[in-house]
Amino acid sequence: MKRNLRVLSVIASLLFALVFMGAQKAKPAAKPSAPPIKAKIGVISIITGAGAAYGEAITNGIKLARDEVNAKGEVDIDLKIEDSTGKAEQALSAAQKLINSEKVVAILGPTLSTEMKVVGPEANASGVPIMGTSNTAAGITQIGKFVFRNSMPESQAIPASIGAAVKKYHIKKVALLYGNDDVFTKSGFDTMKAVTEKMKLKILTVEEFQKGQADYKAQLTKIASLKPDAVFCSALYNEGGVILAQARKMGLKVPFVGGNGFNSPKVIEIAKGAAEGLIVATPWFGDKNDPKVKAFVAKYQKAYGKKPDQFAAQAYDAYYIMTNALKAAGTADRAKLRDSLATTKNFQGVLGKFSFDAERDVVMQPNVLIVKGGKFAIFN
Amino acid sequence: MFLEQLINGITQGSIYAIVALGYTLVFGVLDIINMAHGEIFMFGSFVGLLVVTKAGAPLPVAFLAAIVSTAAMGLLLERFALRPLRTRRGASHLASMISTIGVSILLENLAHKLFGAGNHLFETPFAEISFKIGPLTIYLVQVVILVISLLLMVGLALWLSRSRLGKALRATAENLETAGLLGVDTNRMITATVVIASAMGGVAGVLVGMAFNYINNQMGLSMGLKGLAIIIFGGMGSVYGAMAGGLILGLSETFMVAYGSSGYRDAIAFVLIIVVLLLKPQGLFGVAPAEAKR
Repeated sequence: MKRNLRVLSVIASLLFALVFMGAQKAKPAAKPSAPPIKAKIGVISIITGAGAAYGEAITNGIKLARDEVNAKGEVDIDLKIEDSTGKAEQALSAAQKLINSEKVVAILGPTLSTEMKVVGPEANASGVPIMGTSNTAAGITQIGKFVFRNSMPESQAIPASIGAAVKKYHIKKVALLYGNDDVFTKSGFDTMKAVTEKMKLKILTVEEFQKGQADYKAQLTKIASLKPDAVFCSALYNEGGVILAQARKMGLKVPFVGGNGFNSPKVIEIAKGAAEGLIVATPWFGDKNDPKVKAFVAKYQKAYGKKPDQFAAQAYDAYYIMTNALKAAGTADRAKLRDSLATTKNFQGVLGKFSFDAERDVVMQPNVLIVKGGKFAIFN
Repeated sequence: MFLEQLINGITQGSIYAIVALGYTLVFGVLDIINMAHGEIFMFGSFVGLLVVTKAGAPLPVAFLAAIVSTAAMGLLLERFALRPLRTRRGASHLASMISTIGVSILLENLAHKLFGAGNHLFETPFAEISFKIGPLTIYLVQVVILVISLLLMVGLALWLSRSRLGKALRATAENLETAGLLGVDTNRMITATVVIASAMGGVAGVLVGMAFNYINNQMGLSMGLKGLAIIIFGGMGSVYGAMAGGLILGLSETFMVAYGSSGYRDAIAFVLIIVVLLLKPQGLFGVAPAEAKR
């Protein structure tokens, strides 16, 4: 508790300094400038239903950013939040309402890739910039030139973690292990295999397992006998934790690189000490030693009583990217906002340095993490 | 690698065998498949886990607790899910199997409520004891599992063929009514069978926890299906068939992974069954039914 207070006070003083610095900087600019740009921004998210937890995190992140940005006075944003309930048709009618009745200048959301596949074409046809903050499937921004996203697709995280591990441990030959009865772990494996082949690493063996299996010793014994430099493993944390524990117990001590399914503190809960040395990549790392991240976590925790997750962080950054583009455009015009948004380069957010590529998709370095001393830490 | 995989396979196979022994015992006497056996096994595992990790008791106590609790579950199963159907005239033979499926669903969800989903770490110092033979590391647990499964098999076979109780049991299996007329307390015999089979499931549960270090509330289903496959493969109701079938399945699964493709690990069990049933419809150790039993 005491330590928390001290951390908080440090953050508070940092914030204070930041505010003052901002104020000083803003002063000369603010004087001659016109009144703030007034605009409506629509948000489509899952407010009710099974996915409501995502929607809650996303809207919390956006509201936090709105209060901060509005307080600065350069823009005056009115948020219009609509519920999609996680259904594509509901998301579509919400989008139509926002576009035609509310006349929003841009839309943040919707939450799911399946929703975006329906809403994206509508917004694109109406010439409304739309930015997904949580869509990770392939082919989202290819819908049209008004469609953006700031959520890292699955295919970007895995190359980063593998790349970092290969560089550090001089990995030449690897074993691959994955769950063959789950869409998520299978697609993670496909990416892993493609990256491994591209990096010209030697694949000694590809082993499979099924969900709920208790004993992985046969696969692990085989892998151990081939003496790989590392194991790339696409598993959900439940199986992943057990695999790690059994591997370490039988003396397979090489580095493990996990897919997105491994990316959970639950792995450490299950595998305990055996999780040490596991490497994963993630766009959001809440314990990052970065004043921006720390300030965001503290503010979020104060406002909502819990730590921000990946979805809150992505939404928070998305709002900043959107309003920065609005400021740069200078007017609440949909087409001008789109052009200005597309030029976003090196935006420094809580997720790190962010740019859009030519196809309005994410260019960002994910955080590569390693389990050390019972928790995730930056791997370098 | 061959020897290591051999040990992996024998360990896996011995556990399969103990689970299958429980199935075969009930089937041999009652002519029904106890679909709740896998879940009783899972419960035994969790009881063992709680005793070892939460109460900090030594392993023998964990075994004892698992045996007692699964035996009690067997008693309840027989009393409330099997007997009411058995005494009712005209109740289909399948009815009692369906009721055990109901019990299995109940137990799985109960375990979810009580223990939570996901894998639980089963940690005992005993599971860490190992010795080396040349380049080979063998865990004492692996030896213990094999020994226990062999002891159970021999004990069960002897008990069935030699003891008075075993004779009564076989008489009950032969014909319920005739055995009853000849003075065998058939209800007691059947209860004893289910209780003993369940207790063996409990033993297997604790052994699995020790061998693989992790247990979850879903494992009853997969282990149960394997056990079922084994008794069909080894011969319904045959004690030696359960043992041999368990070992063959464990070894073939392991070697499938080692020298074939791990993706086909689970398929091998069912390929084996099909082949055996084509060649010998009664299973490896099965006896063709002499005549219609009743």
